[in-house]
Amino acid sequence: MHSRKPFYIFVFLLFFVGIGASIYRGIEHNVPFLPGEQVQSWAIDAKVSFSGRNEPAEVQFSLPNDPAFDILVENTTSPGYGLTITEEQNRKAIWSIREASGPQSLFYRVTLVPTGKLEIKSDQEPTDTEVYPWPATEKAAAEQIVEDVWLRSATNLSFAKQLMELIHDKNQSQNMSLLLSTNTSTKLFLQMLHTKGVPARNVSGLVLEDQRRRQTLTTYVQVYQDGLWHLFDVVNNKQGRDGNLVLWEYAGGSVLEVMGGRSSQVSFSMLQDTRSALATSIDMMMTDDALDFSLYQLPLEEQSLFKGILLIPIGVMVVVFLRVIVGIKTSGTFMPVLIAMAFIQTTLLTGLIGFLLIVAFGLMIRSYLSTLNLLLISRISAVIIVVIFIIGLFTLISFKLGLSEGLTVTFFPMIILAWTIERMSILWEEEGPKKVFISGGGSLFVATIAYLAMSSELVQHWVFNFLGIHLVILGLVLVMGQYTGYRLTELKRFKPLVGEK
Amino acid sequence: MKYAWPWELSRAGVLNMNKRNIGYIGKYNPRKHYKRVDDKLITKQLALANGIAVPDLIGVVQEQHDIELIPAMVIDRSGFVIKPAKGSGGKGILVITRVDNGRYYKANGDEVTPNEIYRHVSNTLSGLFSLGGRPDVAIVEGLIVFDPVFNGVSYEGVPDIRLIVFKGFPVMGMLRCSTAASDGKANLHQGAVGIGLDIATGRSLHAVQFDVPVDKHPDTHFPLSDIQVPHWETLLHTASRAYEMCEMGYLGTDMVLDKNRGPLLLELNARPGLTIQIANGKGILPRLKHVESLKGATMSVDQRVEYAKKHFCDQPKF
Repeated sequence: MHSRKPFYIFVFLLFFVGIGASIYRGIEHNVPFLPGEQVQSWAIDAKVSFSGRNEPAEVQFSLPNDPAFDILVENTTSPGYGLTITEEQNRKAIWSIREASGPQSLFYRVTLVPTGKLEIKSDQEPTDTEVYPWPATEKAAAEQIVEDVWLRSATNLSFAKQLMELIHDKNQSQNMSLLLSTNTSTKLFLQMLHTKGVPARNVSGLVLEDQRRRQTLTTYVQVYQDGLWHLFDVVNNKQGRDGNLVLWEYAGGSVLEVMGGRSSQVSFSMLQDTRSALATSIDMMMTDDALDFSLYQLPLEEQSLFKGILLIPIGVMVVVFLRVIVGIKTSGTFMPVLIAMAFIQTTLLTGLIGFLLIVAFGLMIRSYLSTLNLLLISRISAVIIVVIFIIGLFTLISFKLGLSEGLTVTFFPMIILAWTIERMSILWEEEGPKKVFISGGGSLFVATIAYLAMSSELVQHWVFNFLGIHLVILGLVLVMGQYTGYRLTELKRFKPLVGEK
Repeated sequence: MKYAWPWELSRAGVLNMNKRNIGYIGKYNPRKHYKRVDDKLITKQLALANGIAVPDLIGVVQEQHDIELIPAMVIDRSGFVIKPAKGSGGKGILVITRVDNGRYYKANGDEVTPNEIYRHVSNTLSGLFSLGGRPDVAIVEGLIVFDPVFNGVSYEGVPDIRLIVFKGFPVMGMLRCSTAASDGKANLHQGAVGIGLDIATGRSLHAVQFDVPVDKHPDTHFPLSDIQVPHWETLLHTASRAYEMCEMGYLGTDMVLDKNRGPLLLELNARPGLTIQIANGKGILPRLKHVESLKGATMSVDQRVEYAKKHFCDQPKF
């Protein structure tokens, strides 16, 4: 026997690429592995308002750029203003107008989807921070505290932690009370970190809470250590972040800058929304233009066509399994798959009843045709036409009776039905009704199993969203084509050969 | 227990369908030679060219309008057989055993009207019985006058002898006898009785119907345990020569014994069934492996038959 190695390598590659592509799709594009999965999304409205001074005005507003959230949709409403969005490291919306007078309102709306990536990474070490020049009255007190904590700490992080604890210590030292009387705790925390040259910066975050209005941004401090920025909520004495916080701006700049206006402010309102994970990931891919090799690029009509076509590999695999491994006999190799496709439209019970009725009627009419001594082609053609009559008749009757299920019999493939009737009729004449029931029953059994596999919501979800799965199916079919073992039915058939024990 | 364990079957050397298809048919039967066995007309011509006896050919119907010539063809015959050239599994074979004043009768006495014959031939030409529904031709053959040695062994039909020939070696054989259930046909899946034969002697070993062991013929109640097939030597030689004739490594040869002419080659089969193992009460795989392991110069027909008789008899003398 010549080497089977290339074959197995090929099959292994099929499995590997198929599974790999599916996992990539699931993780990289957030396509959910299970159908019907839900994700939370947040709709956030930011309202920027200021008073114009009858002169040209320019508003720079930072836009969120947080790895913990993906932007699904964003848009702005700002009548009369020119708008540019800079896509640099710090995303900004820049509104401009030649003359602004009176109260002005600019709106920015964004829908965010949590990604779960809460860490803020930084590739390069931040450059040296400016040491804060303490006022003379505070200098001694501040330096004493900083020196004291510095000696008791090992890293940037532990230094920051202890500082924060000290700020919130109930039995504060006089030094600390003095400093806190003139500074906010967040500002003091940052200044003390800078005193020792620890890389740290102010960031602005928005706490997400359902149905909140007129929210403002909160200032937090990020401390750098080992490639990561760690978040400190100094006011609440908390370290780290949870998924309900959007870092709106964290490059150390300001969130809102208005030139040519005064009393500017920004307020936020937000709404939580639950939506299908699949629809969300499709929308995400649409906005990112990342629809590489996805069927969602196709027009809707072709999409629904492919939803059906992509189920055929599943049905074919079931047929291969049942014939090669189990050994069930069917009439017509892939007739069961086409019947199963029809069952998907008709649902199982209606489909089975409809199929049996059509075939039974067809057999009756075929038995009359067989007495006419026709040529095979014209006989089959006659059966096809008769099958269409039968289907039409059943549809009409069920419509009159108000059985809407009956209307779906039109989904049966008529040519296949005609051939099935022809084959069964010959089988009946040659080998009797028993064989007809065995072969017909086998076909219906296989069709039912194929239907159950194809109608599963999970299977439908997978074959359409993870195209890699079809490579896996191809590999499975190839492997089954190599199976030289006994079929299940042969274990019974050849039982006499091993004797009674 | 109604099911055997796979390893029990494997130990018994039982060849299964998947392995037959991949390991033997796919490996030893070249595609290009299939038509030599699938088209009975070509088989017949090849056999005649190789000096192998076959049932006499009355005529061939190739076109629909030739169907009407059939009564004229068979006018001076006592009986005839119509078969599709590319039929499979015994489908589409019509056996007329008695012709009486232009009226035709089957073996069981039922009359077949000329109309029914026309329709049957018309179906045949349209490809109803051929593999894949391809257009076909119908062969009209003379009826075999079957050898009275098999009286009682077969019911309403000619028993035929199936030999599996692997690379020219007859490895396993059986006698197939028609029953009431099989409607005069010798096809096992239609209900014929299969009787395993000893390759060395041509004596019966074991019998089955519908894959179940039987002792007596279900209709004639003839004991099946003690049958000796005559002309056994000729049968083995004919089967072995079929290998050179069609160059198929894994081959089923079907032969019948004619009262006057002796063994006749009826047809060849590139996909012989597996029931022969049940009829012999023995797996075929060890014998196939034995032939596969043979090395050395190619043997002549006589040498192969001698080798097979020595090694594949019921108590092998390895």
